[in-house]
Amino acid sequence: MSIDLQQDFFALFGLPRVYPIDLAKLEQAYLDLQSRVHPDRHAHRSDAEKRLAMQWATRVNEAYRTLRAPLSRAQYLLELRGVDAALETNTAMSPAFLMEQMEWREAVEEARDAGDCAGLDHLLLRLRKHASEIHDELAEHLSASGDAEAAAETVRRLMFIRKLESEIDDALEALEP
Amino acid sequence: MALLQISEPGMSTQPHQHRLAVGIDLGTTNSLVATVRNSIAVCLNDESGTAMLPSVVRYLADGSVEVGARAQAAQTRDPRNTIVSVKRFMGRGVADVAHVESMPYDFVDAPGMVRLRTVQGTKSPVEISAEILGSLRKRAEASLGGPLAGAVITVPAYFDDAQRQATKDAAELAGLTILRLLNEPTAAAIAYGLENASEGVYAVYDLGGGTFDISILRLSRGVFEVLSTNGDASLGGDDFDQRLYCWVIDRSHIAPPCDEDVRRLLMKAREAKEVLSRYDEAPIVARLSSGEQVDLTISRAEFDEITRPLVSKTLAPVRKALRDAGLRAEDIKGVVMVGGATRMPQVQRAVGEYFGQEPLTNLDPDKVVALGAAMQANVLAGNRSVEHDWLLLDVIPLSLGLETMGGLVEKVIARNSTIPVARGQEFTTFKDGQTAMAFHVLQGERELVSDCRSLARFELRGIPPMVAGAARIRVTFQVDADGLLSVSARELSSGVEANVIVKPSYGLSDQEVAEMLKSGFEHASEDMQRRALREQQVEAERLLEATAQALATDGDLLDEAARAAIDAAVAALSQAVGAGTLAEVKKTLDALSRATGNFAALRMDKGIRSALTGQKIDQLEV
Repeated sequence: MSIDLQQDFFALFGLPRVYPIDLAKLEQAYLDLQSRVHPDRHAHRSDAEKRLAMQWATRVNEAYRTLRAPLSRAQYLLELRGVDAALETNTAMSPAFLMEQMEWREAVEEARDAGDCAGLDHLLLRLRKHASEIHDELAEHLSASGDAEAAAETVRRLMFIRKLESEIDDALEALEP
Repeated sequence: MALLQISEPGMSTQPHQHRLAVGIDLGTTNSLVATVRNSIAVCLNDESGTAMLPSVVRYLADGSVEVGARAQAAQTRDPRNTIVSVKRFMGRGVADVAHVESMPYDFVDAPGMVRLRTVQGTKSPVEISAEILGSLRKRAEASLGGPLAGAVITVPAYFDDAQRQATKDAAELAGLTILRLLNEPTAAAIAYGLENASEGVYAVYDLGGGTFDISILRLSRGVFEVLSTNGDASLGGDDFDQRLYCWVIDRSHIAPPCDEDVRRLLMKAREAKEVLSRYDEAPIVARLSSGEQVDLTISRAEFDEITRPLVSKTLAPVRKALRDAGLRAEDIKGVVMVGGATRMPQVQRAVGEYFGQEPLTNLDPDKVVALGAAMQANVLAGNRSVEHDWLLLDVIPLSLGLETMGGLVEKVIARNSTIPVARGQEFTTFKDGQTAMAFHVLQGERELVSDCRSLARFELRGIPPMVAGAARIRVTFQVDADGLLSVSARELSSGVEANVIVKPSYGLSDQEVAEMLKSGFEHASEDMQRRALREQQVEAERLLEATAQALATDGDLLDEAARAAIDAAVAALSQAVGAGTLAEVKKTLDALSRATGNFAALRMDKGIRSALTGQKIDQLEV
C-alpha cells in the first residue's frame, strides 16, 4: 500500500467510503494526521521537508473540510462514483422545486425589505428544518442500494438551499446595528 | 537582571542542543521580546530592567537612529523625524491611514505603501519597523549570549496579506530568521491555555494600541483550533487618545495647534486615559508652544460617553466571529482580554455585558502575546520533544479572490479557512486566438473589486492560440502557515505556467528589500560578506543537525546508494562550514538539500503511515 497525496479523502483518514461517517473518528484522525504533517512540526527541518509538510497539511485540511460537511461529503462521494453533481445546475431541477424556491426567496426579500430580523431568523430555522429532511433523503439515495442520479439531484437541491441560507445570513448581517 | 547568561553560543553541532528562539510582539505602541528559559516563558528586559520597548523610532541628522524611550522623549521636540505607531502604516497607502491630517509627518505621495520623508531621507514603514525589530534582536542576543536561531513574530489576526508581507520583510531587514508569523490572539491563547490548563471554547478579545482582533478558539488537550477570527486593523487604544484629544481641542478654544503641540496634547490625552482606568477623573494640563494654556478635567463618565462609539465598534466583529463559528455568546466558556487598551473599565464592562460573564484578566495584557509567541518559537525551533508539542490550527481572516467580468470579485478561498490551504479555479479564454490572460488578485469580503484590497496583478502569457473557450487555465491559490498567499496559473492543455509570489501592490518589491538590506549594512558599517557567510553557516548547521537527527531515527528507510550520497553531501558541507568561502558553503548546502529531498518524502510517508496505524488499519483497504 502506498500513501501519496492523490489518494482519496476517506482512505486518507482510514474511513470506509460511505456517506454516514463517525464525525468523532474523523476529527480524531484529522488531528492525528495534522500533528504529524503540519508545517509547525517541520519548521526546524530542511526546506524540502517544509515544502512537503505544507503540501500534506493543505491536503489534509481540504480532505477534512470536504468530509466534515454533509453536503460536500455527498458531492465528493458522487464524484468518486463518476457523477458530477454540480453540473447542469439550472436545467435538471423540477418545476415544483423551482416554484418552491421562488416562494422562499420572496419571503426572504419581503422580510429583508421590512427590516424584520425576527422574521428572517424564523425563515432560517424553517429552512434548516426543511434541509435536514432533504438530507435524510440524500442518505437513502447514497446508500448501497440507492440511485446516484437521484442523489445528484438531491445534492443540487441542497445547494440551492445553502445559497438561500447564506443570503438570509447576509441580510441579517446587513440589518444589524 | 538583564544579562543572564544561560546558554552556550549557538554555533556548536551537538544534537538536541537548545536553539535560541524568541517571540516578538511588534506592537503599535510597545514591542516586546520573550523567550523560554528553563521551560518558563519570560520577557527579556533592557539594561534598565524594562520589558516594553516603545515602538518609536527617531532619525537624527547625524545619521544615527534612536529606538524606544529615548526616541519617545524627543517626539514633541522633533515630531517630523520621530515616528510613532508605524504599525498603522504597514502595507498601507496614504488614503488608508486614519487621522492623516493630524499627523506631523511629511508623507511622500507615491503609489503603493506610504513613505515618510525624514532628515535621513525617505523611509518606508518596513524600514522603520525593522529598526524596532533590530533593537529587540540585539537585546535578545546580548541577553541569551548568541545569535538567534529564529523568531516568531506576531501580527494582528485581521492583518491582510499586504500587512503580513510587510512585517515579514521588516523581519528579514532586521536580520531575523522567521520561524512563523503568528496571530496575536492565537499567541495569547497559547499562553493563557497552557498556563490555566483550559479546555473548551474561548474568545480572545485583543484591543491593542492600533488594532482590534477577536478570535474564537477551541482549546483541548494539545490542540489550539481557531474557529473564526474577525477584527478591525485600524482600531485601537490610539483612537481613544484621538477622541480625547478632539475633546480637548473642542473644550479649550485654542487656535489650531502646531505639530509639536499636537504631539504634546496627544501625550496628555494618553496619560489622562491611563489615569481614568484607576480614578474617577483626570486633569489635562499643558502649556503650548503658542503660549496658550490648557487646563481641563475630564470625568470617567464623560470619557465613557465620548468613546462609546469606539467600544461598540468592537462588538460588530465579535458578533460576526461568533456567527462564523456557528456559536452564540452563551457558548463561550471564557473571554481572555489582551492588549493594554482592555484595561479601560468601559471596555471590560461592555465585553462582560455582551458575553454575560466577567472577562479573564489574570495574565498581564501587555505581555501575554509575547509570552505565547516565545512558547511557539520554542516548539518551532524543535526544543521540545514531539510528544509534548501542541498543535496550532489557525485560519485566514479575509477571503481571497480574483476579479471577474464587470468589476466583481469571485472568491477562491473563503475567510476562516484553516491554513495551510490551497484552492484552484478554472478559467477560459473569451476571444479566438487569445494568447495572454490577466489576473487581478483581491482580498476582502465585498462583492465589488473597488471595495476589496488589491493584492497583485499578473499575466499568463504564451497560451497557444485556440478558439474562444477551448483553453483551460487553472489558477491556484496557496496560503502557507504564515497566512501568506502565492498564486500560480497554468494552461492545462499546453502546460504553460506563470508563478507569482504575491508581492502586494502595497508592498515592496524584492529588489527594494534587497537594496534596503544593502544600505542597512552600509549604515551599520557591518561587513555584508561576513554577515552573509555567518547566515549561511547558521543555515548549514541547522540542516546538518536536522539531517543527523533524521538519519538517526529513520536511516533504515534509505538504501545503500542513497545513504552514501547523503553521507558524502554531509561530509562536504561540514568541511565547507569549517573552512570554506561563502560560495563553497552555499554550493554544498544546496547539494545536501537536494540529496535529502527524497529522504524527506520517505520520512513524511512513514509519519503518515504511523498516524494511520494508530487507528483502524483494517478499514484502510475499503
